[in-house]
Amino acid sequence: MSREYETVIGLEVHVELATKTKIFCGCSTQFGGAPNTHTCPVCTGMPGALPVLNRQAVEYAVAVGLAANCTINRRCQFDRKNYFYPDNPQNYQISQLYQPLCVNGGIEIETGRGRKWIGIHEIHMEEDAGKLIHDEKEGCSLVDYNRSGVPLIEIVSEPDMRDAEEVIAYLEKLRLMIQYLGASDCKLQEGSMRVDVNLSVREAETEVLGTRTEMKNLNSFKAIARAIQGERQRQISLLEEGKPVIQETRRWDDSKECSYPMRSKEDAKDYRYFPEPDLPPISISPQWLAQIRACQPEMRTEKLARYQKEYGIPEYDARIITESKRMADIFEAAADICNKPKKVSNWLMGEAMRLLKETGQDPQELSFAPENLAKLIDLIDAGVINGTVGKKVFEAIFREDADPVRYIEEKGLAAVNDEDALKAAAEQVIRENPQSVEDFHRGKKKAVGFLVGQTMKAMGGKANPQTVNRLLNEMLSGISEKSAGSGRGERS
Amino acid sequence: MGKTISDEMIEHVSILAQLELSDEEKEQAKADMGRMLDYIDQLNELDTAGVEPMAHVFPVENVFREDVAAGAGACREEILANAPKSRDGAFQVPKTVDIG
Amino acid sequence: MGLMDLTAAELGKKIRAGEVSAVEAAEEALARAEVKEGQIHAYISLNPDYALKRAKQVQKQIADGTLSGPLAGVPVAVKDNICTRGIPTTCASRMLEGFVPPYSARAVENLEKAGAVIIGKTNMDEFAMGSTTETSAFGVTRNPWNLEHVPGGSSGGSCAAVAAREVSFALASDTGGSIRQPSAFCGVTGLKPTYGTVSRYGLVAYGSSLDQIGPVAKDVTDCAAVLEAIASWDPADSTSVKRDSYDFTGALKDDAKGLRIGIPRDYFGAGLNPEVKEAVLRVAWVLEEKGAAAEEFDLSLVQYAIPAYYVIACAEASSNLARFDGVKYGYRAAEYAGLHSMYKKTRSEGFGPEVKRRIMLGSFVLSSGYYDAYYRKALQARTLIRQAFDSAFARFDVILAPAAPSAAPRLGESLDDPVRMYLGDIYTISANLAGLPAITVPCGMDSAGLPIGAQLIGDCFEEKKILRAAYAFEQAAEYAGRSPAAGKPAGEKTAAAPEAGKGGAQG
Repeated sequence: MSREYETVIGLEVHVELATKTKIFCGCSTQFGGAPNTHTCPVCTGMPGALPVLNRQAVEYAVAVGLAANCTINRRCQFDRKNYFYPDNPQNYQISQLYQPLCVNGGIEIETGRGRKWIGIHEIHMEEDAGKLIHDEKEGCSLVDYNRSGVPLIEIVSEPDMRDAEEVIAYLEKLRLMIQYLGASDCKLQEGSMRVDVNLSVREAETEVLGTRTEMKNLNSFKAIARAIQGERQRQISLLEEGKPVIQETRRWDDSKECSYPMRSKEDAKDYRYFPEPDLPPISISPQWLAQIRACQPEMRTEKLARYQKEYGIPEYDARIITESKRMADIFEAAADICNKPKKVSNWLMGEAMRLLKETGQDPQELSFAPENLAKLIDLIDAGVINGTVGKKVFEAIFREDADPVRYIEEKGLAAVNDEDALKAAAEQVIRENPQSVEDFHRGKKKAVGFLVGQTMKAMGGKANPQTVNRLLNEMLSGISEKSAGSGRGERS
Repeated sequence: MGKTISDEMIEHVSILAQLELSDEEKEQAKADMGRMLDYIDQLNELDTAGVEPMAHVFPVENVFREDVAAGAGACREEILANAPKSRDGAFQVPKTVDIG
Repeated sequence: MGLMDLTAAELGKKIRAGEVSAVEAAEEALARAEVKEGQIHAYISLNPDYALKRAKQVQKQIADGTLSGPLAGVPVAVKDNICTRGIPTTCASRMLEGFVPPYSARAVENLEKAGAVIIGKTNMDEFAMGSTTETSAFGVTRNPWNLEHVPGGSSGGSCAAVAAREVSFALASDTGGSIRQPSAFCGVTGLKPTYGTVSRYGLVAYGSSLDQIGPVAKDVTDCAAVLEAIASWDPADSTSVKRDSYDFTGALKDDAKGLRIGIPRDYFGAGLNPEVKEAVLRVAWVLEEKGAAAEEFDLSLVQYAIPAYYVIACAEASSNLARFDGVKYGYRAAEYAGLHSMYKKTRSEGFGPEVKRRIMLGSFVLSSGYYDAYYRKALQARTLIRQAFDSAFARFDVILAPAAPSAAPRLGESLDDPVRMYLGDIYTISANLAGLPAITVPCGMDSAGLPIGAQLIGDCFEEKKILRAAYAFEQAAEYAGRSPAAGKPAGEKTAAAPEAGKGGAQG
């Protein structure tokens, strides 16, 4: 193992576009649904059915192309990619080979080693395939065409990446960009973003690329990182043993952390692409392009600057919040309602992120109404609830988009601001904790904190801690004035 | 004269076409295809340098539909009724193995 | 004279006048089929229940005034590669046996909206691949003029049904001459419209960039009326064209004044039967008498049309027919071991030899390493052929051509040699490659008593010019509306009646 190897990685990223209907028919693209409920003669490949292109799919694809610094071809067309597989009802996929929509782009990524440009070879449009459900017991597969015909773009990078860190940085950047465009939700788990890794290794300092493999079935960034590491090692081991790397497609099994070749002798890999005769070419005029460009939403860099300037939040906050389009949307809306951007930001960066981590969700999955967060902040500021109860209410907002006003009422969480009631509770606590009282009088002022906690607990957390603190301090000072030693007597 | 089509070629094309040919059919296919390709080779007499290929009859461009739902699932039962084998609202096929 | 001897226009008139009901017309068509089908076998399936139910509905609509078009209540036969909702559509293939489309083709919808009553689905070459209707998986159709001869193809069933007076008119499809050649062989009138004029939605695709649906009828008037009914811009067919006008019957004027007719020398040379040649050229003389100017010219590139056509059609077909795999509809092999075995067995058992031959060729010309040499080259040849027609139409309004090298061949003579069979398409395929409209009209009989058809080809969107020329010729000639004596049951032994049914053309 004396030799040094360099890993060369290029990615093919499939992204499902966020159109309401499929790319070539009016069926819904909604995720889920009973098998074949979102189907029609077109997307089930009935004889005589014909495709008609969804304009919105083209516009989303162009928007991504522009954001990825691509040249948008003035003229493009669809081609048929012919291969037999049951998830593909026509046994050809309508895709683009000869004249793809976008070419020659790239995006800049940032890693621990600094900034780097990753080239994008092309972005083309195509249709998604159906889903195969394997029935092990019956030894058969069931075909569901609900996903058949959902619009996809395939983003093909140049082999510019060298390790998993760069790959993840590229994917995160790409995902964020596409989410900002509203062109897709890019969920790896649901398959609305799918990543195939093309990887080869070569001895360091050499120019010629090694034989590459294509890795599929990568369902998370972590799996991608593991697969890259695993495949690099596998190829290096082969080379070290003097064996050749075979150009093939491999399936990554993340639970076993290894990959298997997906070979079939029936798979001749000769797709016989030819221009799709059922679809006339697309011509993208400068006017149309300008129109799409003008409708491009604000991207992350712009938001980052604006949040600091307009909302006065620190760069650190702005970075975290803009890392997800959804979180940024919630931030802006909530901040605009309650006019307390820093507080909104605190909730999002603190509790929201904590709960996301706890539930294993992505910030894009945040589903509550910004109004509810704004209301919560106002309720705390008004002293209706305290911060601790606030966290509880926030969790309800996070989980079920609860209306904080109604939730507080239903659960009886409103703070008790009746000083007599608080005093009674505090007196009880003082009686039950003479040691703390003594500590307090010995000068351990911190002991009051324990008593505040006990009082809060006695009040079911619904008291304003500042008020409790003030009352306890007043009461303890009163006790010291009366008799410093009485506590000891009561204790015995 | 006469284009020779190799056995390998016929094998390859029949995999692409997903057709299983008997030996006799293979021989016939070789002969037919050879003759037809000879005939098609006439096209090589044409100077087509710089000629735009005509994939569509008319220079029509940009035929779109708007992103509006229409008729989804309207005839799911009729579609499935045609399936040689179906179960639980899905088309049933022999177990598939993943291919690339 | 029976109701099915009338043209569609004549019958429609009688129905609207209340002299005949839509139900009576449908019953007559079914009765005629009962008599003739044993010999002709024009239909793959007859649908008496559906037809009579529809006829009753239509009759009601005629009565309450909601239907008043020329085709209201008129029986029609539909080629079995055009989808009809709820009625089996087989493409004459085992592969689609039992397939019941969940939707109707747009052309069928348009026809039904016009009140036509579908009687049944007609026989054809399997997946429209053939020139004789002998490749049908459900038996051959015989030529009504002589039962020992083929009706032509691939729309042999539609043309034979009209010729044998089993139905008023028919729908067919034309990818390389499949309407025009059998129309010539059966002595009926058939029109292939400009590509994009009739929606292909619901037509089971053979060669997508070549296919068009069109009418087969007893005369030019009917062709124009049916085209008016079925033509439409269809948002469901991206290749459908929004035309400035859908008026075709306006062209039916008995006048050829000013029409410039081109006679391509390339179409009248070697390989053309002399009797056919004479009969077709006579069309030019007749039209000249009516004020047209005919002139010979060199079209050029004619010999390249066949190779270009077969590369393009087979390539598209190899892809279009990939969907027939035993998963979603139609035939699935009884025994197989695994997925690919199911595909291969299903397709090998489900498709007939001619279909397999074309799928193999099509797969080959698209395969890695051959695309440029064959497919791309063919598309370039197509461009050149189109350009040759463009220059021809700069000089002429109509090009006169044969529809086939000879009259209908005998059964069983054509299938052995594919190249020879394909050569027979030489006069018709160029119109498909270039997207041009073309019509076949009967123009004579050969010495064996078989009909001869002449083809009139127009520039794109110039259906009216070819309809006018065809109509003017028809008015002067005695061939339109002739009905075959052959195959008539004893007692109905009438010789070819030259004037029978011709009245419709004047009406």
